[in-house]
Amino acid sequence: MPTSQLDHRLKRQNLLDILFRGLTRFSALAVLTLLLGIILSLVIGSVPAIKEFGWGFLVSSDWNPVTDRYGALVPIVGTLVTASIALLIAIPVSFGIALFLTELSPQWLRRPLGIAIELLAGIPSIIYGMWGLFIFVPFFADHIEPWINDHLGHVPLISPLFTGPNMGISILAAGIILAIMVIPFIASVMRDVFDVVPSMLKESAYGLGATTWEVMYRVVLPYTKIGVVGGIMLGLGRALGETMAVTFVIGNAHRLNASLLYPGNSISSALANEFTEAVGDLYTSSLIELGLILFFITFVVLSLARLLLLKLTQREGR
Amino acid sequence: MLTLYKRRRFINWLSLSISVCAMGFGLFWLAWILWTLLVQGLPGINLNMFVQNTPPPGSQGGLGNAIWGSLMMTTLATLIGTPIGILAGTYLAEFGHRGWLAPVTRFINDILLSAPSIVIGLFVYEVYVVRVGHFAGWGGTFALAIIVIPVVIRTTENMLRLVPNSLREAAAALGAPQWKVISFVTLRAARAGILTGILLAVARISGETAPLLFTALNNQFFSNNMNQPMSNLPVVIFQFAMSPYDDWRSLAWAGALLITFSVLTLNIVARILFRQKSNTN
Amino acid sequence: MNAEPIANPKLIVKNLNFYYGADRALKDINLTIPEKMVTAFIGPSGCGKSTLLRTFNRMYQLYPKQRAEGEILMDGQNLLDKKQDLNTLRAKVGMVFQKPTPFPMSIYDNIAFGVKLYENLSSHEMAERVEWALKKAALWNEVKDKLKQSGTGLSGGQQQRLCIARAIAVKPQVLLLDEPTSALDPISTAHIEKLVDELKKDFTIVIVTHNMQQAARVSDYTAYMYLGDLVEFGDTSTVFTNPKRKETEDYITGRFG
Repeated sequence: MPTSQLDHRLKRQNLLDILFRGLTRFSALAVLTLLLGIILSLVIGSVPAIKEFGWGFLVSSDWNPVTDRYGALVPIVGTLVTASIALLIAIPVSFGIALFLTELSPQWLRRPLGIAIELLAGIPSIIYGMWGLFIFVPFFADHIEPWINDHLGHVPLISPLFTGPNMGISILAAGIILAIMVIPFIASVMRDVFDVVPSMLKESAYGLGATTWEVMYRVVLPYTKIGVVGGIMLGLGRALGETMAVTFVIGNAHRLNASLLYPGNSISSALANEFTEAVGDLYTSSLIELGLILFFITFVVLSLARLLLLKLTQREGR
Repeated sequence: MLTLYKRRRFINWLSLSISVCAMGFGLFWLAWILWTLLVQGLPGINLNMFVQNTPPPGSQGGLGNAIWGSLMMTTLATLIGTPIGILAGTYLAEFGHRGWLAPVTRFINDILLSAPSIVIGLFVYEVYVVRVGHFAGWGGTFALAIIVIPVVIRTTENMLRLVPNSLREAAAALGAPQWKVISFVTLRAARAGILTGILLAVARISGETAPLLFTALNNQFFSNNMNQPMSNLPVVIFQFAMSPYDDWRSLAWAGALLITFSVLTLNIVARILFRQKSNTN
Repeated sequence: MNAEPIANPKLIVKNLNFYYGADRALKDINLTIPEKMVTAFIGPSGCGKSTLLRTFNRMYQLYPKQRAEGEILMDGQNLLDKKQDLNTLRAKVGMVFQKPTPFPMSIYDNIAFGVKLYENLSSHEMAERVEWALKKAALWNEVKDKLKQSGTGLSGGQQQRLCIARAIAVKPQVLLLDEPTSALDPISTAHIEKLVDELKKDFTIVIVTHNMQQAARVSDYTAYMYLGDLVEFGDTSTVFTNPKRKETEDYITGRFG
């Protein structure tokens, strides 16, 4: 091959290299821009509401399209409470499932059961919503709520949380459905991190005479805490932003109530229910500000998780 | 000593029993939900469902327009989101060793991955729907594409990282330019994993409802026009399920069954594909 | 097969067979482990020496499809008996692995972990026990000022001595060492070997090793295994200087393996 032709070739390849690298870099930048765009558009959209209500928006429980007064307290509380209920239920259950899948299940059952749990994660959230509204809520109202009222409604300290009408639609029902939705996320992350624990470490603990539970809870869990926290945060992010499943069962009531058995509202379901029907700039803008707050909450939670993971990793010295 | 040991044995027995119950708890909901879908949705599944359009209350109809709209938007969203996702994922895995861009992008991608999908709907509403002045199929497509991108980025990066460096070195040692090494060797070695990621992303957006509410909205009629509001399964299911009409509700159940089984099939196919490929590698 | 009868046996293995699924990994092993001595298992990779070791605390039972047949008698009791409680057995037979496996907790808690499983000690007694174990493991001087720090922060050799301390803290009767120095540098290895020599005053020790010099240095008795068979067993000096079987001689002189 003559040198000039080779030269030409090399130049072309170099150019293609630069082009390719530029293209991938551009795509990465596009992702950055996307996030900035989301934040910016939400901020711009909320300007009218921010101007009108200021910080008071965060602590006001007003929500009145007729008088055009809006406050975010009820949906914020609803979002945080439903997500907390979901985690409270989902974390222990997920740990149990992961423990079963890694330590107890017979070998031949592990894969099918693992897939079954992952399928639970694959079911679209609107299905959870429909099923929740038509099947779970009536069941909840007929069988579970009366029991809660009778038993937990009289326990001192917590009784205000558990007294209310037996109508099914409630913050608690929404929290339980969210829990069912996030269990597969947390459980599969836990199972994955438990699976990669060196068998020698487990054997060392068994070798001292520890029981399966002691090995899992006192050795495996601390060893995998970084991954486990990551999985929980994944579930929390999911629970905070989940829209459809909650919208069907939470009742969309802009009222603050101490009891978990009353209907309430969450940020995402307020948006889903009201956004397309909102008339007037202030109404729309208040809803967009709700969206901004939701985004902010998830952003903070995820950043905190990141920080926590970083701290944990550093302390391990790994 | 004996009592301590007995207590430990008891705690062990108790917690392992609880773990079995937890497993049962998880399976119980899955079985209950699938059972409900079959019972409520199966009667509505017939040919009419696929060919007829969504009816006004009280008359016969199907979900043809909604199925078509969902297929259109999902396909286009995947076609838009996948290349961007693969390229950005490639940047993170192959070029992002130095500088600020890669770590920042990785962090932001994590945020986008868990960002509430309804907020993405709001964003597209603000920047697209408000601009053009009406709801449109393209709006829904963009919103779905934004959900696809972070999923594909994450899997692409993870899968590329699994490719051993020796493979890259072997290709580079032959004098191959970097773009060829990456696109013909590294990406190819990781393709099964990336494909799995794309399938899972498709599965995720086919059931997404929230971001479509303020973007594609809905359309009672069959439409190919992406610049007009477009019917789609999730939003139709939402509206019909919340309605007081029985025939609308039974259509909603049929649609729910259809969507769930398509999504679950996609999930299973993705897993089988991934397992086969990773076994042969 | 035993060259001479062993005066004070701790473990007696009788007709032991071991299976991984359908594969027979140990073939009719008969062996006597003397009390408060060091017995070494040597042999090429895959000969079954680790497998044999792991039958003594039934570690194999964590995995389905692995099973042992035959008898292992400790003080007259058959360890392989279904009625034998696994956790109690493992408290009596301690084990240290190829790689250091400190638990993700402080040095102090690493040692206390096993003790707490079986004994209700006051915090003062526990502190004494931890100190005792760390001194036995020749680690006390290096870590006495940082007991609250994570065990994962120690060097490899220190971690392995921590694991030995953890194993002896529960006061087992038998200590199983599965290639305990294979992941360590020569200086740490020397530390551990010296330690083994010290520990045999109190414990019956069984050590699996790849390193023949190590077996010669630390053990009183040596078993040479090959492909699941116990080829030769006897006094270490006899096995190394005057082996009865040609295969053993080939292996220890390096002509094979």
